[in-house]
Amino acid sequence: MTTTVPGTTETAALGEVSGIHPPHVPLTGGSLPRGTVWMVLVCGWLFAGAFFALLWAADITTTFSLVGTVFFGTVLFDIVLYVISRIVEGARRAKDRLVTSLVSTAFVIALLPLVSLIWTVVLGGLARLDVAFFTQSMRNIVGEGGGALHAIIGTLLITLAAAIISVPIGLLTSIYLVEYGRGPFARAITFLVDVMTGIPSIVAGLFVFALFALIAGPAVRNGFMGAVALSVLMIPVVVRSSEEILRLVPNELREASYALGVPKWLTILKIVLPTSLAGIVTGVMLAIARVIGETAPLLLVTGFTFSMNYNLFDDRMMTLPVFVYTQYTQAAGVSAQASIDRAWTAALTLIVIMLVLNLAGRLIAKIFAPKRGL
Amino acid sequence: MTTKATVRIGDRVFSTTTVVAGAVILATLAAVAIFLVIQSIPALVAGEGELPNDSANFWQYVGPLVFGTIWAAFLALLFATPLSIGIALFISHYAPRRVAQTLGYVIDLLAAVPSVVFGLWGIVVLAPLVQPLYQWLGDNLGWIPLFAGPISGTGRTILTAAMVLAVMVIPIMTAICREVFLQAPRLHEEAALALGATRWEMIRMSVLPFARSGIVSAVMLGLGRALGETFAVAMVLSPAFVVKLALLQAQNPNTIAANIALQFPEATGVSVNALVASGLVLFVVTLLVNVLARWIISRRAAFSGADA
Repeated sequence: MTTTVPGTTETAALGEVSGIHPPHVPLTGGSLPRGTVWMVLVCGWLFAGAFFALLWAADITTTFSLVGTVFFGTVLFDIVLYVISRIVEGARRAKDRLVTSLVSTAFVIALLPLVSLIWTVVLGGLARLDVAFFTQSMRNIVGEGGGALHAIIGTLLITLAAAIISVPIGLLTSIYLVEYGRGPFARAITFLVDVMTGIPSIVAGLFVFALFALIAGPAVRNGFMGAVALSVLMIPVVVRSSEEILRLVPNELREASYALGVPKWLTILKIVLPTSLAGIVTGVMLAIARVIGETAPLLLVTGFTFSMNYNLFDDRMMTLPVFVYTQYTQAAGVSAQASIDRAWTAALTLIVIMLVLNLAGRLIAKIFAPKRGL
Repeated sequence: MTTKATVRIGDRVFSTTTVVAGAVILATLAAVAIFLVIQSIPALVAGEGELPNDSANFWQYVGPLVFGTIWAAFLALLFATPLSIGIALFISHYAPRRVAQTLGYVIDLLAAVPSVVFGLWGIVVLAPLVQPLYQWLGDNLGWIPLFAGPISGTGRTILTAAMVLAVMVIPIMTAICREVFLQAPRLHEEAALALGATRWEMIRMSVLPFARSGIVSAVMLGLGRALGETFAVAMVLSPAFVVKLALLQAQNPNTIAANIALQFPEATGVSVNALVASGLVLFVVTLLVNVLARWIISRRAAFSGADA
């Protein structure tokens, strides 16, 4: 009774007493040898690859489907691993392994479109990645040649105008929310800003159309309208990001400033804003990245054109997303391929711009991040 | 004796400016509603023969579009919800700590791709890729009404559009789920593990119950995005003015947003008002969905400090 018996001996003893002889009941339970997971995964891929290679060889499919291989191979891996684990390790561990592999599969599935998309865009975009593309407009271009300079200029001008409208409004609102806002008005703003982030971009476009149609008639189209539409989408993003950053500024800094007799508005301008400048810049860049790829509102209110237009307030303006759309949908006839190539190159340009904005924003945030607390 | 603090003119001006900026936002939201209503009225009162698609009145015109919008968004969420929860769990609880943040960025990159590029990718890559699968589904499971033929030869069906939509809403849903999963009380997790739970049992017992309302609001926000997404659908779908559930046919119900984008450049007269009015319907629907989602989030914010 008082002796501590090691587990295995006890089991053996129990077995002898009751007269049953269980072959072997280890306390730790069976477990798959190390590396099984990876082996099963590779086998799954190889098997699926062989299957699709056979389909290819038998002329059922025209190309070898890499995506199909990875997808079905991974699914196969999930099933096989569950079965093996269920046999060797029991139901609980098997379920755990199943979920682990499913969760990883979900991640892989999400990566597939990203990789496929970037691959396609880069491959398709290389065809027209030349000097002419960035130095010419589409004026008087029929068939091959031409470029997207008018669209690039349009995108830059409209996005810049949108930023000029939305950054002051957004930043001031976030200052209000953090420094002054109390009571129902501030709560209403916070709530509605959140709701505003969910406005469909096409509704923003329709709103601007409805607004300007009342003022200048339904046929009016210009770059400024596009900028207003983008601002509607951009302001809430700016508010949310700068609000978050302003809240990070330690209160001790503000109190030190007040103690020296500095008025509140100067404290905000000279202490709070400089401290959080990097974060605000990051937020603005991410907000720009979010609206620069918007197509729907721009197609509605700025229209499209084939010529250069530097004037935001007069006549239609081309933008990169709309350029992609029109070049692809209007591709027809002998020179359809030239048009599609231009669409891909414009898409590549757009993605590169957005990637650069995103990465630069995050880099700035990382390098100049304010130190939390004191 | 106390002296009243002097009100500085600079303070006054500055604080008023910030209040005005806040009010501008409220005014903008109100203006969106008001101007859309004003421009919608001609379509709302239009009689037979004035509206596109030979509709007797506006509701008959917008009905199929509302159906298409909700049906496409629902299908997209069907794909996106399990995937997003899986990805979020992978990043928050499965991936090694050091790479987790980087993986989060990679998923965020999906959000950085413009919708028009997604549309292009949907037509050129995804539709031909899934078409053989559709053909197979139609041949072998055609007796299920969802997969009924004739199967689209291009693959540009509502199912493909829903897949593209799913890819587009995954980033926002993942971001919210991830945040909620990371907030799950650490002590609950450790207690579960200490009692001998496997990782999945720990997640089921301590993370998921905690995160339920967060997941719901993530789904709602994803729904808001999917409802309003324009070009992914406009480019991928081959639309028709129909109401049907079949997933794989060449004639698909169009969505409100895509319909506006396709029709607007050529529309004149009452047709424009009809499009604006359909936009108003979309605005109201997404507004309701978003308000509901935000309300759920704000309700749960009260108890999110459980670990403290």
